[in-house]
Amino acid sequence: MSQPIELQKDETFVLNVGPQHPATHGVLRVKMTMDGEYIYKAETVLGYIHRMHEKMAENRTYPQYMPNMGRLDYLSAMAFNHGYALVVERACGIEVPERAEYIRVITVELNRISSHLVWLGAYVLDLGGFTPLMYCFDDREQILDLLESVTGSRLTYCYFRFGGLYNDIDDEFITGTRAFIIRMRKELKMYAKLVTGNIILMKRLQGHGIIDKDMCQRYGATGPVARGSGLNYDVRKNEPYSVYPELDFDIPVNDGCDSYARYLVRMEEMEQSLRIIEQALDKLPEGPVNPEKKPKLIKPPSGDYYAAVETARGNFGIRLVSDGGKNAYRLKLRSPTYSNMHLFDEACRGMLLADALAFMGSLDLVIPEMDR
Amino acid sequence: MGGYFSDLFSGTKSLLDGMWVTLKEFPKRPVTLSYPHESLKMYARYRGHIELIGDEENKPNCVVCGMCERACPSGCIHLAGEKPEGGKKKVLTSYTLDFTTCSLCGSCVESCNFDAIRFSNEYNLASTRKEDFIIDLLKRLEEQDK
Repeated sequence: MSQPIELQKDETFVLNVGPQHPATHGVLRVKMTMDGEYIYKAETVLGYIHRMHEKMAENRTYPQYMPNMGRLDYLSAMAFNHGYALVVERACGIEVPERAEYIRVITVELNRISSHLVWLGAYVLDLGGFTPLMYCFDDREQILDLLESVTGSRLTYCYFRFGGLYNDIDDEFITGTRAFIIRMRKELKMYAKLVTGNIILMKRLQGHGIIDKDMCQRYGATGPVARGSGLNYDVRKNEPYSVYPELDFDIPVNDGCDSYARYLVRMEEMEQSLRIIEQALDKLPEGPVNPEKKPKLIKPPSGDYYAAVETARGNFGIRLVSDGGKNAYRLKLRSPTYSNMHLFDEACRGMLLADALAFMGSLDLVIPEMDR
Repeated sequence: MGGYFSDLFSGTKSLLDGMWVTLKEFPKRPVTLSYPHESLKMYARYRGHIELIGDEENKPNCVVCGMCERACPSGCIHLAGEKPEGGKKKVLTSYTLDFTTCSLCGSCVESCNFDAIRFSNEYNLASTRKEDFIIDLLKRLEEQDK
């Protein structure tokens, strides 16, 4: 347990974590002012992987911007596809066929599981356990194969289209997904045995990295980070979109506020995602995946539009300002880890360096999405 | 003191649990392939770089409308054509793909109304030279038939 200590400001030194550090999983730099082993202040420095994604939206047409959505959060690209498709559909008033909506939900949830699996593997690797990574990547490989057979790409998906999808799913995908659900349920039990119940993991996580409800609200933290602090907020329930209202699932919430609570929330989320996929497969209607009537040229009427989706890391919002032209006048992306990261400084003060890195992992940071 | 012994006990138990999970993997076959000696077959929908589709005489279906060039977000397609003397239709004279900037989004394939381009299944493309990724698709189509 990290103890708040009396820090001697004049005896501090600066330690750079990153931009090339294995624990930051990307090019994130944290300037830590240390007092011995304890952190006095942690300043995050972004900008090493800035690619001007928001500006790019202003000088390319709406369909041309779609590939960018796969490159923000490369681990849950499908949800980002969904967000962008949603905002343009709202702006242009395009109806989405029901079958397409169900397929969207299935692919997004599969992608959420694969994203959490990468997090689980990499997080336990950060804490010093190598083996779970292998199991996680083996399971994730099944999802990637399934999604590859439909979308054609393995990671940076560009699958959604305005009003529909790039192509329909086939029977092979449906049987493959059903087999995966059975396999994954077994594997989740195995993870519970191998990782969740492990005493080293518990000792490293329980009681460390405390973020309370108030702090989450002040910094705008969303996703499993907020739900691990007892905040019951999920875009899928609070501002329902797509066919989520027709599906029966729970939002896992844990009052623990520590790294272990966030860990448990993510593990439970994987189970809930499996439930969603199972129901969506059962309810999958027949029909086309693209609308019959769709404008040839996407030109949203001038105005201000907003759409939000729940990615694997939290609330992803897109605000689109259109002046009626072929390109967006302004596109603002509100990405989850950007907000989640900013509570790091306040939360890690007085923490030991090794604990702070274990805490950072529990925030599930994806740098290209934070620093876009 | 009691906490110490209970920690010791549960620690040993979780260690044995973990080892048992790993031990069960022992008799299983490896899930990996020894690339490059073996390689995977890609799915039919796999998106490699684009390629031209030819007709029976291996002449490209392309009519040089330039839709793909305009649809491309990164401007990686360059094509040119000319009208032969006496001919009505334009004939493709060059089609270059700069694969270094391609993001495989598929806008070009979707924008094509003449069934002239598709995704290839090519994925063994590692190289240290930039020139290897600037692909002359017309030449590729001609060579494919041989």
